[in-house]
Amino acid sequence: MAGEIYRKPIMFAIVAAVVILIGTIATVFFPMFTEGMHPKLENLKQYTPLQLAGKDIYQREGCNNCHTQTVRPLKTEVMRYGDYSKAGEFAYDRPFLWGSKRTGPDLARIGGKYPDAWHYSHFENPQSFFAQSNMPKYGWIKESKLNPAEVEAHMKANGFDYKKEDIAALSDKTELDALVAYMQVIGTAVKRAAPIGQTKPAGDHEPENPFAGDPKAASAGKEIYDQNCAMCHGSKGEGGIGPSLVDDMFLYVKGDLPDDDYYEIIHNGTEQGKIEEGRTMKGGMPPYGGQLDKNKIWQVVTYIRTLQKK
Amino acid sequence: MSDYQYDHQTVKGFIISSIFWGVVGILIGLWISIQLWKPELNIPPFFTYGRLRVVHTNGLAFGLGIGAIFGISYYIVMRLTKRPLLFPKLARFHLYLFNAAIALAAVSLLMGMNQSLEYAELEWPLDIGVVILWVIFAINVMGTIIKRREDQMYISLWYIIATVVAVAVLYIVNNLSIPAGLFKSYHLFAGVNSANVEWWYGHNAVGFIFTTPILAMFYYFLPKSTGLPIFSHRLSIIAFWSLVFAYLWTGAHHLVYTPLPDWIQTLGIVFTIFLIAPSWGSVVNGYYTVGTDWNKMQTNYLTKFFIMGITFYGLQTVQGPTQAIRVVSSLIHYTDWVPGHVHMGTMGWVTMTTAASIYYIIPKIYNTEIYSVKVANTHFWLVLIGQLMFSITMWITGIQQGALWKATNADGSLKYTFMEGLVKNYPYWQLRTVAGLIFTVGMLFFIYNIYMTMRKGSLAASRA
Repeated sequence: MAGEIYRKPIMFAIVAAVVILIGTIATVFFPMFTEGMHPKLENLKQYTPLQLAGKDIYQREGCNNCHTQTVRPLKTEVMRYGDYSKAGEFAYDRPFLWGSKRTGPDLARIGGKYPDAWHYSHFENPQSFFAQSNMPKYGWIKESKLNPAEVEAHMKANGFDYKKEDIAALSDKTELDALVAYMQVIGTAVKRAAPIGQTKPAGDHEPENPFAGDPKAASAGKEIYDQNCAMCHGSKGEGGIGPSLVDDMFLYVKGDLPDDDYYEIIHNGTEQGKIEEGRTMKGGMPPYGGQLDKNKIWQVVTYIRTLQKK
Repeated sequence: MSDYQYDHQTVKGFIISSIFWGVVGILIGLWISIQLWKPELNIPPFFTYGRLRVVHTNGLAFGLGIGAIFGISYYIVMRLTKRPLLFPKLARFHLYLFNAAIALAAVSLLMGMNQSLEYAELEWPLDIGVVILWVIFAINVMGTIIKRREDQMYISLWYIIATVVAVAVLYIVNNLSIPAGLFKSYHLFAGVNSANVEWWYGHNAVGFIFTTPILAMFYYFLPKSTGLPIFSHRLSIIAFWSLVFAYLWTGAHHLVYTPLPDWIQTLGIVFTIFLIAPSWGSVVNGYYTVGTDWNKMQTNYLTKFFIMGITFYGLQTVQGPTQAIRVVSSLIHYTDWVPGHVHMGTMGWVTMTTAASIYYIIPKIYNTEIYSVKVANTHFWLVLIGQLMFSITMWITGIQQGALWKATNADGSLKYTFMEGLVKNYPYWQLRTVAGLIFTVGMLFFIYNIYMTMRKGSLAASRA
């Protein structure tokens, strides 16, 4: 009886289809109709026309071939990139852009990590930030202006709300403007969490720099500074994308701050609107607490002090 | 002898086309492998890594892979049904449409029209073209099988029927999208759901493009070229049904530790491990088939292609499930191990088996012998060495990457910045390019051999 099926191709095809559909229904079709597959965070906002245009360019250039957009709930991953990805962050992503290969770093928490100026310069010439980076240069996309009518059609296809004037405002924007706007919104539905991972939590460091004035520590600090800080604050602390460290201004107010505030800012980064010693931050500096241990941060502080004396 | 009835022109056309697209895909593969360590080779706007990589994967999966599958399946179907194709003219049209679609696919991807779904990057107008191609294939294959002149359907036909059915379901569902103009669309599914659908598709593309049709070739050409019958018919039945049942559950192993609901991930991992059994069902069947006379490995040059091919299939189907386990995934996911795994499958199993099938078919069609067994053996050793060097290099890079990403100092802070990790990949990526080059030279030996066999056959025919 069962052997008959190998003589009846149509019956065979039907049985094969049923066998194939069982797993399909159980793991794909059925979940589709459950709430768990359609989560949406309260803070999650639809893409603006400029952001959507940027996301389209991200897809067009195949950025997802080298960059993932999902932080796994693993200790070192959260330390390196930020809070792990939540299911409710992606409700407006058609398709999802989690990627499958990390040739470059994960971008799930790139939004707000650096100032716009960082992204503009980095897209134009990644190698000026990281000499050995293998990322292609993308400065050429600033030569192309956005097409507002096209972006509007894309907004409609996604069912996003938009204002007419936002569409009109696109006409003098370039593709690079859009891509940077997209970068800055990725992962921002989740509030930035304090960096984790060190044996001592942030405010728990020594209030005094244990290496103050130590030339050995300063030269170790220089090495770290050149790799991590110089690209924004300049090789002599003169500033650039980030503010100058040698002009006796700190957090946009005249007058220096003690070492332990330096420590905290390097450790936690800056966040727009956050207040430190009565001074308001503008944001844009990423936290280094996950990447630099306590001693390294103090070494950097030591080195910055030597720059200021010059 | 009613051989003239068989529409060998179409089979030949598909084989030559697939070899052509294979060369394009492999050369682009070499190019992007160099881009990884020499970013100056990115030439915007059309030839940056982000655009070329999808031309590489699509060119080889659709151009070389599916092209060869169409042609060789037509050949197998005609032989196993003992009749010509039911619609030979439709098959010819199929060939032309196929080449037009692949050419348009390559151009559209270079222009950046990209759905960003892995292995389903083509935009919606081309998706419709692919569906039409598939329907034509299905009509011809099923029609010919229904009108067959042989009572039983042999194992290879089961695998071909399963391929026809499964790919249709997978391709149509995953490509459902909301068009926003002729060159752009948005996935019908969003976020987590989009991920689940895509990797159900993505992994089963491996199952029903790189596995079932290749097994159809294996089960047909291994006995044909060795003259040895398949070891166990019953084993092939069990292996077939459990394979096509289990595959569809496994896509979520691509999404381990992502925000996809945990139960789907776990189910995916469990079925992935189960899949070792049916995969090895075919491996064992292959080994025992040749096991009655291992001398064939020396006396028949094709046997070693098939046995090496099925060996890499066996290794792949243990490696893959290992990768799916959470603890291993946490180390190697997103690293070079993953493309390393894919390349052992495509360069070791798929290309090896397909090339051997073509070695068998071309002399048959041209009524001649292979031009040179020596050249075929050179081809064999070069692609074997190239592939092994490639895969092993990628494994090492992958483990190193994963380990550097995870490494911490005594106080718990990260030991390496991302950049410090990246730089350590460069020597391995250079070695990978060299390995790819060795593989490419091997493929050139193959193409030369096929070309010379065709020439020899045509000359003989024109003299007769």
